[in-house]
Amino acid sequence: MHYVAVSLVLLLIGTAGLLLRRNIVIILMSIELILNAVNLNLVAFARHHGNAAGQVFALFVIAVAVAEAAVGLGILLALYRNRETVQVDEIDLLKW
Amino acid sequence: MTLDTLFFYAFTTLTLGGAALAVTRPSAVHAAIALMVSLLGVAGLYLQLTAEFLFVAQIILYIGGILLLFLFVIMLVNLDAGRGLRQFHRRWTVGAAVTAVAGVVLAVLGSRVQLPPAQRMPETGNVELVADTLLQDYLVPFEVVSLLLLVAVVGSVLLGRKRA
Amino acid sequence: MSMFLDTLWLIPVFPLLGAALMMLLGRHQYLDPQEAVGPAAHGHHHDGGHDQDLRPRQGLRWLIGPLCSGFVLLSFLWSLGAVLAGRREQVLFTWVAGLPFPAFDGRTVTLTADWGYLLDPVSAVMILMVTGIGFLIHVYSIAYMAHDGGLYRYFGCLNLFVFFMLVLVLANNYLLLFVGWEGVGLASYLLIGFYFKRKTATDAAMKAFLMNRVGDAGYLLGLLFLLSIFGTLRFTAMEAAAHPLLPWATGLLLMGAVGKSAQIPLFPWLPDAMEGPTPVSALMHAATMVTAGVYLIVRAEPLFRLTPEVGGVAAGLGAATAVAAALMALTQHDIKKVLAYSTVSQLGLMFLALGVGAYWAALFHVVTHAFFKAQLFLGAGSVIHALDGEQDLRRMGGLRRRMPQTYRTMVLGALALAGAPGLAGFFSKDSILTAAWAASPALFAAGLLTALLTAFYMGRLCLLVFGGEYRGGRHVHESPKRMTVPLWVLSVGSLGAGWLAGPFAAWLGASPEAHSWSILAASALVAMVGLGGAYRVYGGGAGEGWADGGGGMVRWLRGGGGVDGLYARVVVRGLARGGGEWLAAWDRGVIDGGVDGAGWLGRRLGAISKWNDTWVVDGLVRLTAFSVKASSFPVRYAQSGMAQSYGVVIVLSLAAMAGWYLWRSA
Repeated sequence: MHYVAVSLVLLLIGTAGLLLRRNIVIILMSIELILNAVNLNLVAFARHHGNAAGQVFALFVIAVAVAEAAVGLGILLALYRNRETVQVDEIDLLKW
Repeated sequence: MTLDTLFFYAFTTLTLGGAALAVTRPSAVHAAIALMVSLLGVAGLYLQLTAEFLFVAQIILYIGGILLLFLFVIMLVNLDAGRGLRQFHRRWTVGAAVTAVAGVVLAVLGSRVQLPPAQRMPETGNVELVADTLLQDYLVPFEVVSLLLLVAVVGSVLLGRKRA
Repeated sequence: MSMFLDTLWLIPVFPLLGAALMMLLGRHQYLDPQEAVGPAAHGHHHDGGHDQDLRPRQGLRWLIGPLCSGFVLLSFLWSLGAVLAGRREQVLFTWVAGLPFPAFDGRTVTLTADWGYLLDPVSAVMILMVTGIGFLIHVYSIAYMAHDGGLYRYFGCLNLFVFFMLVLVLANNYLLLFVGWEGVGLASYLLIGFYFKRKTATDAAMKAFLMNRVGDAGYLLGLLFLLSIFGTLRFTAMEAAAHPLLPWATGLLLMGAVGKSAQIPLFPWLPDAMEGPTPVSALMHAATMVTAGVYLIVRAEPLFRLTPEVGGVAAGLGAATAVAAALMALTQHDIKKVLAYSTVSQLGLMFLALGVGAYWAALFHVVTHAFFKAQLFLGAGSVIHALDGEQDLRRMGGLRRRMPQTYRTMVLGALALAGAPGLAGFFSKDSILTAAWAASPALFAAGLLTALLTAFYMGRLCLLVFGGEYRGGRHVHESPKRMTVPLWVLSVGSLGAGWLAGPFAAWLGASPEAHSWSILAASALVAMVGLGGAYRVYGGGAGEGWADGGGGMVRWLRGGGGVDGLYARVVVRGLARGGGEWLAAWDRGVIDGGVDGAGWLGRRLGAISKWNDTWVVDGLVRLTAFSVKASSFPVRYAQSGMAQSYGVVIVLSLAAMAGWYLWRSA
């Protein structure tokens, strides 16, 4: 299945972006990429198994992605207002 | 080389190229544009996989909704001020190594999977099929997702208020 | 009349309704506009009602108290109807359906429990007491709490308390009993911490909760033992038979009862619980909560009869608690603490009775004690209310003329507790002493000593509060009718309940030992000596006696016998330090061991993660982390606060899971 290979590469690109970049917006975009990779996988397997369950799951993932983006960007805005930075390694208040 | 294969490679190139650009461009606006290209490529792959409904949903929701949201935020935050800064993490080697490990393991795993023989999609239209599955077998998750969206809306409104 | 039996399930529903109403709607501005004002800002116990900001009749606030009292009254009337109609076991629905559970001896038993109520003589006594005295305390609270903020919270929790207590006593199996058991713990936590702006109150609430948890752990373990032995938790289905594990089960149940009923060594929470509003203390000490422990043992009577060695422990603990707490009560300056230690002491007497097998006597003492202890607490509340929150006995005195109603009822309650002949306490104490005499002279001596001390400290209390001249400087007024009427109603119980000892025992199906006139005489003599001694020391209106000084022994007793300090040293500090080290060791041993066990990938994960995390931690962390480093060595690095280091862990975990899958299938 070539689609799975594409999905894997997309996932790895997303992961690399997630772990390497410092800009939170781009990190959020990387998360979108990862979710897209998952969706692609789901749809590919739905096709393979000949039913629509995978597609429905992909829909759910899209809905979750929307929620995630909305909340994530909301947090980002609040953070920017308070800290004047969007560089993720300068934000470490999550500890302890 | 059939037309299908040609399209597959074209969309794959769009997807992966866009994704690669999205995570490497210093400018957030450029990254967002590249992300759009990538998402369009994924949408094209959906079309190839006879998931027409998802194709439309992908374009409307992702490109029309999420990406727009990203662009709005980029403008609000004036991210391009950060262009000149260091773009990658100080210890980027760690992240790269971890990604590589995950990639290798997953690739090996993927290559070893034995799939059952492929089955044909039912002949009904894709939208009907998705609608039937969604509203019959997955009705409860569907409702739960609506709740999740509501929570997300409330949450982001709360987070976005001036005095949070 | 059988209508009441058919609708047995309604009895707990009424107070639950009240609690739900209050909790859900209470914050509504019409119901309680003063919640924002909160409890007394000026530090002492009670508002006194002289704050100009507080307008007690604002909105629908006046409705809260009567409404909640009404629910409890309904519950009481329903209980009365049901009790008069007969006995019934009513199963509402299957609550826990066939949970398989490995027993201790390797068998598998299924845990099945109904949500069902059992009305038999024992629970009949308890529900009448809980709802009846609970109702009087509700009525009293209407006036007492009129000027405090958060009225809906107060009455809501009070109703919740009654509800859980009713579930506890009506339950037809040990698991449902545990629901009520935990529930009263919760309600008491909420009520003790009612004045949540005061640190001492929240601390006391926490203490009560935690100490109860110790006992609860015992109860829960005992439950599992019972389930293993009998395969059921239903009272009526449990056929008592000797079993090698049975002493464990009853011993653990006893531990639970000790926690809830504040026996040695788990008693210090009860005196501290005085931080709550006074009617709450009355409710907790008289009708609910602390009697739960006694009730539990009475309920488990067939099991305890088979394990006399556990009964011996109970009797010993009870005797020790009774004497020690009576000594502590003797030295307190705080009027409520005197009563609190007195409750501990009386509970000790009940445990003594339980231990020697006089279950009916223990229950009888629960009932009579409920009457006069509620009366005493409400009287004390009336005094405190009149004195604007003054609780120190040394600044009271001479209230006899200023508060005649409170004076009469409270002295009556004190005499009943002291065991003056003819009053309630005399008879119930006598039944306990009779049973103790039959068991062991030492226990009898302890009981008699307790009776002597009780009479003495109650005499001291009354003389310090009401005798002599007023030693404070406030304007004193008699409490309103709504507070004195419940006091008079309770007096009827304190006066008359004792005479019902014979019918009471018969109703429970017990056959008490015949009264011995010499024990009766000894008991009466001891009470008289105690009261007389108190009069000799405090009768002059001096307000000081040997028990009020600052001698080392007296101070030691006043502080609760050093148990608090012991707990602080052993449990708090020991847990804080030793526990940290233990946890660290656990992390090192078990978690890292688990990682190792997951194979080479897991080991690699640990190595990379550790290496990765060292660079994430910044200098500040190193500086502050030195002191805790030893106790949190491996887990601390995982909490760097850097989102991306978490991302690394997530991705690595994914890889590890995939790798494990590969490794397993290879």
